[in-house]
Amino acid sequence: MQNEKAPERNEKKHVSTDNILEVKDLKKYFPIKAGLLGRLVGQVKAVDGISFSIKRGTTMGLVGESGCGKTTVGKTILRLNDKTSGDVLFNGEEIFELSNRELRAKRPQIQIIFQDPYSSLSPRMPVGEIIGEAVKEHNIVPDDKFDDYITRIMESCGLQAYHKDRYPHEFSGGQRQRICIARAIALNPDFIVCDEPVSALDVSIQAQIINLLADLQKEFGLAYLFISHDLSVVEHISDTIGVMYLGSMVEYGKTEDIFENPLHPYTKALFSAIPTPDPTVKMDRIILEGSIPSPANPPLGCKFHTRCAHRMEICETEVPKVFDFDGHVVACHLYNKEKDR
Amino acid sequence: MSKFIIRRVFLAALIILFGAFIVYAVIRALPSSYVETIARQRATMPNSKSYADWVAELNALFRLDTDVFTGFAGWLGDAIRGEFGNSWSYGIKVTEKFADVIWYTVALNIITFILQIAIAIPLGIMAARKQYSKMDYAITFFAMVGISLPSFFLSTMLKYVFSINLGWFDLYGIVGRYHEQLSSWGKLLDMAHHLVLPVTTLTLLSIGGLMRFTRTNMLEVLGADYIRTARAKGLPENKVINRHAFRNTLIPLVSYMSYLLPSMFAGSMITETLYQIPGIGYIAFGAIRAGDIPFTMFYSVFSIVLTQISLLIADMMYAVVDPRVRIN
Repeated sequence: MQNEKAPERNEKKHVSTDNILEVKDLKKYFPIKAGLLGRLVGQVKAVDGISFSIKRGTTMGLVGESGCGKTTVGKTILRLNDKTSGDVLFNGEEIFELSNRELRAKRPQIQIIFQDPYSSLSPRMPVGEIIGEAVKEHNIVPDDKFDDYITRIMESCGLQAYHKDRYPHEFSGGQRQRICIARAIALNPDFIVCDEPVSALDVSIQAQIINLLADLQKEFGLAYLFISHDLSVVEHISDTIGVMYLGSMVEYGKTEDIFENPLHPYTKALFSAIPTPDPTVKMDRIILEGSIPSPANPPLGCKFHTRCAHRMEICETEVPKVFDFDGHVVACHLYNKEKDR
Repeated sequence: MSKFIIRRVFLAALIILFGAFIVYAVIRALPSSYVETIARQRATMPNSKSYADWVAELNALFRLDTDVFTGFAGWLGDAIRGEFGNSWSYGIKVTEKFADVIWYTVALNIITFILQIAIAIPLGIMAARKQYSKMDYAITFFAMVGISLPSFFLSTMLKYVFSINLGWFDLYGIVGRYHEQLSSWGKLLDMAHHLVLPVTTLTLLSIGGLMRFTRTNMLEVLGADYIRTARAKGLPENKVINRHAFRNTLIPLVSYMSYLLPSMFAGSMITETLYQIPGIGYIAFGAIRAGDIPFTMFYSVFSIVLTQISLLIADMMYAVVDPRVRIN
């Protein structure tokens, strides 16, 4: 399937690294301007130095509370907004060093599915055109095969060929998200950022869309960055998971490791909130005190210390080091001693 | 669609009828009565009847001795048969006078309309694409000046600079002193030359509104999620703007421009008067001042009909630019 789709593209994949995406110490600050002259009075540190990598054909889940910078990470990787510092390497190539023309040529390989399927489709364009527009723009398939190609893509996303001439408002939320997915898939990408693709949908539809994404991953060998706040969804689809808190990555590792043995106090609290369908199981929930601090003025030291149950003196002054336990990475002072031994 | 059009046309006819009645009632209530002016003149002549007798006689002649309803019914009866009567102040048929002067107004306004669109829409798009840049502020400031300036002030300034100081254009009128001696091509150029200042005035005053309207709508669309999608697809920026953003801005723009259409035929009364362009605005202004009921009625009904037609066209244009309306 993959071979007949794009034989010429596989040749390009000889890049030495087997990571499709590497993010190194990425920072994205938004300026806060005030007054008549737009004086800079501060910065919202939406993403404050995070690093991770994603292997080809795998899925990384990115979880965290709302406002912790998950979506900004996704958008910055796609260069939909500028970075403040750090590197984003796609196939070993720095995204932010590309010229506009080169970036546009690269766009088909990195696609995104947005959270809200209602507003992210152009309302006055028929679905066939929405899906096909960029396919034509980037000459993904020859003109004579164009119609068949679009039909095939639509069918693989659970849409019918006769949907082509309809407009987005004629579809349900789940179908619209299928259109968004078809739109992304049609460009034959290697990597898709899924920015909370199911949060706007009913639970029953969520499962369909998640399964569709999983099927497409198998079919086309895609890699996903799956941004979500729904832990059970992330557990289902991800190979690795990153947990974000206030713009920083607090824990990162394989899905099984993180779910079986969460190391960071924040991750523990987060996981204790996953509802269990069994009423006899006593839920041992860790309730976090207070609310998430403002990213414009994050706490010193460990950003989580204001709400942490295991707070120590050192947490208030020193930024925690990052500890790597065989690929299970955590940034917390609790593990200082353990690592010394 | 046809059912919709029929309903709209019926509604439009009703609005025209009531609009015409209101105008008629207002004219009848005006203090500047044509009949009284004539009666006063004739009464001062030697050996004449008294003022009251003249008023009574003339009122009967002009059918003004009835109440407003009967008078309106009489006018309506004639109007439906296409009889708008003779203009009292110009002495010829209303329709004839109208046909003589409307072309000046149309020429003036069509040139203005085209210039307005050609200048305001690109400026609006430019300002929206670079929101809060120096260019945006400059364009917005320029637009504000255009909106705020009264037309009599702007025309006076233009006349002062370009007619009096520089001597490039005549102060007023549509033709020059030697117009009759020119070839037909020369006559056209002469008139075009006289239209430069009025067109400049109208254009400068009108681009502000359209430009700000374009900018606001464009900004709204540019912030939409599907523009982000279009960029993520890797479309070139001009396609993002033209195909996704501008296409969605067109709908409010079309409705805005359809409101401009009736004003193209009726709205430049002050500018035409200031430059003494014998267009419909200038002539109608004279007729209203003289209490010329037939001409004023015709002019008003014409404006009302035009407004209704342009609204109807706007509704149908929606269907052309918005495929969702077309299907439903």
